[in-house]
Amino acid sequence: MNLSEKTRPASGAPVLDIRNLTVRLPKGADREHAVEGVSLSIAAREILCLVGESGSGKSITSFAVMGLLSKELVPVGGEILFQREDLLRASPERLRQLRGSRMSMIFQEPMTALNPVMTAGRQIEEVLTTHTDMSRDQRTRRVLEVIRAVSLPDPELIRRLYPHQLSGGQRQRVMIAAALALEPKLLIADEPTTALDVTTQAQILRILKEIQGSHDTAILFITHDIGVVAEIADRVVVMQSGRVVEQGDAGRVLDAPEHPYTKMLISSVPSLTPGTRAEAPVKPVALSVEGLSKIYRGTSFFGSKREVRAIDDVGFTVRGGRVLGVVGESGSGKTSVARCVMRLIDCDGGRIRLDGVDLAAASKRRLHDARKDVQMVFQDPYRSLNPRRTVGQSIIEGPMNFGVPKREAWERARRLMTLVSLDPDALSRYPHQFSGGQRQRICIARALAMEPRLLVADEIVSALDVTVQAQVLELLNGIREKFDLAILFITHDLRVAAKVCDEVAVMHRGRIVEMGSTSEIFASPKHEYTRSLLAAVPGRTWSAEAGLGAGGA
Amino acid sequence: MLNFTIRRLLGAVPVLGFIALFVFALLHLAPGDPAGIIAGEEASPEDIARIYEALNLDRPLPEQFGLWLWGLVNGDFGVSIYTSLPVLELVRQRLEPTISLAITTIIFSVVVAIPLGAYAAWRAGSLGDRAVMIFSVLGFSVPTFVLGYLLIYFFAGRGTPFPVQGFVSIREGLAPFLRHIALPTFMLGTSYMVLIMRITRASVLEILNEDYIRTARAKGVPERKILTRHALRNAAVPIVTVVSLGFAFLVSGVVITESVFNIPGLGRLTVEAISKRDYPVIQGLILLVSATYVLINTATDITYAFFDPRIRY
Repeated sequence: MNLSEKTRPASGAPVLDIRNLTVRLPKGADREHAVEGVSLSIAAREILCLVGESGSGKSITSFAVMGLLSKELVPVGGEILFQREDLLRASPERLRQLRGSRMSMIFQEPMTALNPVMTAGRQIEEVLTTHTDMSRDQRTRRVLEVIRAVSLPDPELIRRLYPHQLSGGQRQRVMIAAALALEPKLLIADEPTTALDVTTQAQILRILKEIQGSHDTAILFITHDIGVVAEIADRVVVMQSGRVVEQGDAGRVLDAPEHPYTKMLISSVPSLTPGTRAEAPVKPVALSVEGLSKIYRGTSFFGSKREVRAIDDVGFTVRGGRVLGVVGESGSGKTSVARCVMRLIDCDGGRIRLDGVDLAAASKRRLHDARKDVQMVFQDPYRSLNPRRTVGQSIIEGPMNFGVPKREAWERARRLMTLVSLDPDALSRYPHQFSGGQRQRICIARALAMEPRLLVADEIVSALDVTVQAQVLELLNGIREKFDLAILFITHDLRVAAKVCDEVAVMHRGRIVEMGSTSEIFASPKHEYTRSLLAAVPGRTWSAEAGLGAGGA
Repeated sequence: MLNFTIRRLLGAVPVLGFIALFVFALLHLAPGDPAGIIAGEEASPEDIARIYEALNLDRPLPEQFGLWLWGLVNGDFGVSIYTSLPVLELVRQRLEPTISLAITTIIFSVVVAIPLGAYAAWRAGSLGDRAVMIFSVLGFSVPTFVLGYLLIYFFAGRGTPFPVQGFVSIREGLAPFLRHIALPTFMLGTSYMVLIMRITRASVLEILNEDYIRTARAKGVPERKILTRHALRNAAVPIVTVVSLGFAFLVSGVVITESVFNIPGLGRLTVEAISKRDYPVIQGLILLVSATYVLINTATDITYAFFDPRIRY
């Protein structure tokens, strides 16, 4: 679909018109204002994407509209006109009446955004009890109606279930159903698909588009994902450090961005078409896995057994200096594979050979020696460094456990800090003094300090902004070449996989359904599941290179 | 839920069995002859022989345990050495004041603590919150018996409606019952109340930062309902834990409170039995108190599941 075709002329006065909004940050923050002089407007039946990286002020803008800013954040200037009423001057009670009835909001994390002790039905119904005097029967009927409207199966059942009994996608649909129960004029969606699998994300985006088609609702869609923007936006507003740097029709902004920041943002998005890699000389196999399986067993109170096959007969090899991507959705078993290879968990069958040592069967002592050769970097750089130790202490701990003298380990740490483009003097600082991207660099340095043969990278860029993501991937690529490192790269993001992996293994329900060179798999996927995965990638028809080319960047 | 409740209740049965075994062992593992211990130092050989027979001490141990257990099931807890009254009868006589005091204490502390704690969390950092916190520090640092004597000092002989001695059964009217039990309840309940209050404040404060509270605000739910419907119910598990743990404090607290206010309850019976080494009575009381704990624990588990649908063991 061409982007310009999606852009429909919006009619009448805007539903939401933000003029010159400025929100002050508390004293001692890194800047004076969280958002400064932000102006944007949305018409009925329009999807406006508010794009920016973390800290750009996009969420604060939306919270200001809803009147949900925390106490430290004070709007000090501008107007937020919602159907011509200035929300900044409305009383808290008035705002409360508007929330949920005429403007509503859905959030990023469907796992935590629903109250765990209330049924899905009651949480939707709460909107009706709060804002209307419908009878019980009317409310029940309406609840069932909206559950059906968000394409959830068996509304009668869903209504009675608690959040923990629903999947992530189902929960997000319950959120949407609650948000739409009273047909609001404005729906704010704050990163509503970021925490979801790509196929689930595609379903949610389709539902939001359907809403746009069938209701008069204006949608303010907040996202950091340019792919999602390409998929859904009519118009785009780009924010950086609290200011709007560019806005316009989606087609225009994506294909011909004007502001340097927008250009950088767009060029950081990895393309779905894998780049061509120079043919490297074939190196020896570093890791070879055969017939790996893992079964999780649970026992109920009366002794009946439940079994989940997390990994089922999985095999692959990684050569030195190569990157094997393991892609798949949550629950596909990709993280279990990583944990088995690390022997963080024991597998139930198969062989994991690293330089001739079978990790799966290694004795405690052998395993200890082998640990040095396999290192792992984790998804969340905020939680994978000990907050009470300096980063230097964290980096030298591993080598020192293997008998490297402290002075030498410290020297190595300083060299590695330079390698990951950080100041060696920063070794004496604590993790909280670094940004997310910097912390992930530190985690990589920590892993490299052991001089491993194999690096297991489990979703290492998933928590990072796209520009930071690009930098970390670049770093990883350099390290791979420099140290001839074999990398097992676990990711759910096919764009990232296309960018860094030489080969890709697609996992589905514990099995590898397809494996081959990255370019082959992306160009001509053979397995049906791979095809559906690729088809679900947002904005797959749009590519950053094409856009920037047209824009003359 | 019903299935879960039944399973929890059945799960309590073996625990009760172990307690019985422990109490039985207590007497038999003590140095010397059980009959000698029971009869006391000044007993005649005939007394000891009589006890020997009454306790079936001539039979093998497992059989003794079985007979003793069978007696328990049939309500035979033995006979007090000093009063010659059945233990069950002694306990029955003293049960009412203690249970009354326990119930009023729990009600008083929960009813005061939860709203205050929730309010303090809701208005965290405000003057009201700070007042509540100061009150809680005071309530916690004053020892129970000091508070009791302070109460007596301020209320005794000044013509206040709150007598500082004795107990009146609720069957003699609600007003006199409440007047008599007010000061003991306050004495016993204060430390307990501030404990529940602090836990309520802490857990509600934590819940108020959860994403689903933001969701509720985004739905336009009024603040009061956010506090009661969303926050308190989610905060319930730690609060229920403290309330049930409080029963443990209650037992030791009851002993002191009953002594200070001269209430003829189980606390005083316990003290008397221990000081006179009235073994059958001590055994009976241990059984009673442990069984109560087990029941409260089971009830707490079931309450968790009631408040939080994710909890199913």
